[in-house]
Amino acid sequence: MNDGISLIRVRTGEDRRVVRIMGGYGIIRKLNLLGIKEDRNIKKVSSQPMRGPVVIEVGGSQVAIGYGMARRIIVEAEA
Amino acid sequence: MKILLMGNPNVGKSVIFSRLTGVNVIASNYHGTTVEFTRGTIHFNQKKAEIIDVPGTYSLVPTTKAEEVAAEMLKEGDIIINVIDATNLERSLNFTLDLIESGATIIVALNIWDEACHKGINIDADKLEKMLGVPVIPTCALTGEGIKELVGRLNEAKSREVEFKDRWGEIGNIVENVQKVTRRHHTPLERLGDASVIPATGIPIALVILFLSFWLIRLIGESLIGYVFDPLFEFLWTPLMMQISDLLEGGGFLHNLLIGQLIEGKIAYMESMGLLTTGLFVPIAAVLPYIFAFYFVLSLLEDLGYLPRLAVLMDTVMHRVGLHGMGVIPMMLGLGCNVSGALSTRILETRRERFIAMTLLAISVPCMAQIAMVAGLVGKYGIKGLGTVFFTMFLVWLGLGLLLNRIIRGESPEIFVDIAPYRPPHPKVVGKKVWMRVKWFLREALPFVLLGVLFVNILYTFGIIQRIGKYTAPVVTSLFGLPEEAVGALIVGFLRKDVAVGMLVPLNLSLKQLIIASVILAMYFPCVATFAAMLRELGIWDMLKSVGIMLLATAGVGSLLNLIL
Repeated sequence: MNDGISLIRVRTGEDRRVVRIMGGYGIIRKLNLLGIKEDRNIKKVSSQPMRGPVVIEVGGSQVAIGYGMARRIIVEAEA
Repeated sequence: MKILLMGNPNVGKSVIFSRLTGVNVIASNYHGTTVEFTRGTIHFNQKKAEIIDVPGTYSLVPTTKAEEVAAEMLKEGDIIINVIDATNLERSLNFTLDLIESGATIIVALNIWDEACHKGINIDADKLEKMLGVPVIPTCALTGEGIKELVGRLNEAKSREVEFKDRWGEIGNIVENVQKVTRRHHTPLERLGDASVIPATGIPIALVILFLSFWLIRLIGESLIGYVFDPLFEFLWTPLMMQISDLLEGGGFLHNLLIGQLIEGKIAYMESMGLLTTGLFVPIAAVLPYIFAFYFVLSLLEDLGYLPRLAVLMDTVMHRVGLHGMGVIPMMLGLGCNVSGALSTRILETRRERFIAMTLLAISVPCMAQIAMVAGLVGKYGIKGLGTVFFTMFLVWLGLGLLLNRIIRGESPEIFVDIAPYRPPHPKVVGKKVWMRVKWFLREALPFVLLGVLFVNILYTFGIIQRIGKYTAPVVTSLFGLPEEAVGALIVGFLRKDVAVGMLVPLNLSLKQLIIASVILAMYFPCVATFAAMLRELGIWDMLKSVGIMLLATAGVGSLLNLIL
């Protein structure tokens, strides 16, 4: 299971499949509510410098989440 | 009988509410516009039914204050109109299944139907109805399509007794069966949306938008004053007032109250301080044009969907002052009126954030009424006057924010927000919203302005200002370098900041004194309406703390300015 990388390390504009979300029930649930969950494809739209928020496109709509949460989203290492 | 409108944030509940009840409510293209319940009535089955617009929520397990109220509210609803977003079916359905599991009686409005079609999303509403087991009606609230059918089928709303074991599996199954997506290329608006949140392009876009906004607000405000309101008062109102003045023989108590003091035999609208002169001129001719201009521009930005994108760009900065990106929304609304700014802090998740946001707002975000008056007062000195005042306010905002973030325990949560697609502002919707806000200003502000002017007259007639001036001289004169009479403005500032700024006009202050007076008037205390709103949101104890911070900050900044300017 070491084939995934954190969403933080993905380049802007890339589409990747979510492998897992590292975190407790609360975080997984919160992200699931926005449609970010295992096996779904998400696109990194943008990230802000200095550990700023990341904008993700999922299922045709966009959400902004904090750096801390984005770091816990593990996606496929290669598209 | 109670009917609740419930659903995810920014799916158009408030627009449907307006359509159903004819009651206008503020709706915008971003998450969390409705932070309070709005109630209205409709006729249903020949009876009056109460209908409530509930703040948006993603699930029945609440994570923010607005969501908490929504979950609490569900128990009272007889019928739930579950508004879902056709462009985002999967996310919407999770809440729908939450509602179905709770046993509530439900009817579904499949909203934003037209945009879904444009986006190449095709949803089989009949099939969705069969799979959910509750009625589903496609609607487009902005144009009113489907609203009649929604009302017509209200009594078909159903309650089911089911439990969804594999929730996401169930949703995936429904979506797969009812939705067909034809992928197309990104539209220019979508590309602009993406560019707005990428730093390299987003920051220039933000600067252009802010610059254009200021330019437009000034242009509209100044034009309205120069071409409409000044001539109106000059040529229509002044002759009438002079007649009344003659009728009252140019003096006496009633004359002073209604017309005020004549300056060199003429009415000076900023200085006379009569109820019919200054009392009407300040709110209508000096402030209203800028209020209108500000809300026009703000409403355009809101309905376009720019604010959450600004929130993303500003997130890192906002974290430094103990908030996250969404904190820009109370600040922006606060520039219009601190009361609506204070109420909108409910979109922030924690008590700590709300305390910091409200305190910063009350101290360092002047409202449009005050900005308009300060612009009139120091505008003629150009950047040296206006620039110094606003740069000082910005430094106070930043400095105080950094400090509060240090000394108040706890951390600010991370931003977590839906970013709605850019939508071209709908002229009718924008017009209605601006009109509602202007009307609100006139209703809320006019009485207080008149009260303020009345108050000034009483204070002067009984020599109260002069007496208080003597007592407060150590602070006002020694610390801030202002004349004793300036305390009058500080007293009236409790009621209305615009009238208070106006009271500085006859004092013949130097530029330095004008700057100091403008800054401390903004900082020392919120106006009574903002105070009431903050007290309600914060409670007495935190309000006292906030007031303490205001007074300390004012004393510090006022005396510092007196030293260095």
